[in-house]
Amino acid sequence: MPITREKLESGGEAVTINMGPSHPSTHGVLRLVLELEGEIVRKCTPHVGYLHRGMEKIAENKTYHQFIPYTDRLDYLAPLSNNCAYVMAVEKLIDCEVPPRARAIRVLVCELSRISAHLLWLGTHAVDLGALSVFFYTFREREILYDFIEMLTGTRMTTSYTRVGGLARDLPPGFLDQFKAWVTRFPKEVEEWEALLTHNKIWVERTKDIGILKVEDAIDLGVTGPNLRACGKDWDLRKVEPYSGYDELDFDVPVGSVGDVYDRYLVRLEEMRQSVRILHQIIAKMPDGPIVVDDPKIVLPPKENVLRKMEELIHQFILVTESFDAPVGEVYHAIEAPKGELGFYIKSEGGGSPYRLKIRSPSFINLQALVKIAEGQLVSDLVAIIASLDPVMGEVDR
Amino acid sequence: MGVTRWEKPHPVAEKAAEALRARFGASIGETAVFRGEVTVVVEAARIVEACRLVKLDPDLSFEMLSDLTGIHFGDRDYEYEVLYHLYSFKNNARLRLKVRLAETNHCPTVTGVWVGADWQEREAYDLVGVVFDGHPDLRRILMPEDFEFHPLRRDFPLEGHGA
Repeated sequence: MPITREKLESGGEAVTINMGPSHPSTHGVLRLVLELEGEIVRKCTPHVGYLHRGMEKIAENKTYHQFIPYTDRLDYLAPLSNNCAYVMAVEKLIDCEVPPRARAIRVLVCELSRISAHLLWLGTHAVDLGALSVFFYTFREREILYDFIEMLTGTRMTTSYTRVGGLARDLPPGFLDQFKAWVTRFPKEVEEWEALLTHNKIWVERTKDIGILKVEDAIDLGVTGPNLRACGKDWDLRKVEPYSGYDELDFDVPVGSVGDVYDRYLVRLEEMRQSVRILHQIIAKMPDGPIVVDDPKIVLPPKENVLRKMEELIHQFILVTESFDAPVGEVYHAIEAPKGELGFYIKSEGGGSPYRLKIRSPSFINLQALVKIAEGQLVSDLVAIIASLDPVMGEVDR
Repeated sequence: MGVTRWEKPHPVAEKAAEALRARFGASIGETAVFRGEVTVVVEAARIVEACRLVKLDPDLSFEMLSDLTGIHFGDRDYEYEVLYHLYSFKNNARLRLKVRLAETNHCPTVTGVWVGADWQEREAYDLVGVVFDGHPDLRRILMPEDFEFHPLRRDFPLEGHGA
């Protein structure tokens, strides 16, 4: 006897169930209140805020430099990318242009973050749908990336790698050669995962035509990043508002057509390959030179000079206690983070701290689409949909 | 310092400012340009129509509400600002609209213009304390439901139990 969707629907009375906040497939502390009719979701109400740490309030009480470590804890799967996004907004405010080497390294770490974030997405997405082995493969590669991040910043997650005016430290000796070897090998791994999933009948059945988001709805909701591109909108901030020298790099923007879970999968998979293309170009053309802007009013002087020279000591003292004096004004600057448009709005009334800082986090806004998509879907498909929207609660709740 | 790369405002954003002034006249306040970003101050009563105008005008088409937020001031002749960061795909332009609220914390909702304003207005209500009239479901979103304060207000302390 064939079991149809109608059969699943007529399960009797509507039930309201609670999914999360600690549920393995909600990817962090996301709570969903589901109104079900049998197996069909009639209404999905997300409850967020469990990770709210009041970052925007903290920012008003810290100097611009002191806020950098807090940005690590937004999208904690791509802290380097957040570091870059934040300092670029501050640099726009104080009108400071960083040297070419710092710009190139920023692109390098942003793309490294993108791959690392997408690896976690792919691994957990596959686990959610029962393909456990993919998780081990992606986490193996992710672990190698964490080794690179550790080489670069001294730590795995809380990187705080950027500074207003440049970077905290230069690439360590031998980094580029080792990283190049990994970047060269990596596409073969992606191919292997594709072989495991893209034409896998179970994977295709679980993802194709599931959780469709129409492009006009996506725009209406403000959805950005891979989720928007999967709907068929060719829009990537690296192309339309290039920053940090992305306009000099050659790469394609993958775009889907249906906007289902499968398209979101294909788009992110291809994005990893495109990031590899960018990384090859960056490694080949890595400029020499300083990694911070030559302006003692913005950047901390080298420690040995602070210990020997009066003037440098004064600069250090003022920067640490009061920070630089930002002009009065308001700026918004956004980058294409792994999840979408990550923007910082800063209102300055002068002085060393923002008067108001607003984090436009892509996950918060993308997650709102879940309400729309979940309607009429099966509960088991909801798991696939959440994974495909790829929200990070650290960034949603701030 | 002294780099000029930001300094040119986008012509479509300037056109939007002109279109708003032509349509709403005295309801449109000052227009500011900083680092090439155009900000237009709009009277609260006109904000929904203003959003609709810049969204639906085929030449402007600011189709996406990229971000909505509020600011609380403790020390000037208006108490709140509500900010609308808009983006036009067609023109690759950004525009910032701003509503200033004096002696009230009520502002009309733009959820009728962009569905996505829903959560963003809830957040501005929750953290800053602006009440969006006409919002379909104005609940707290980040803070607990029984929380009594709006933490991004100037009078909310950084530490302690609140006052």
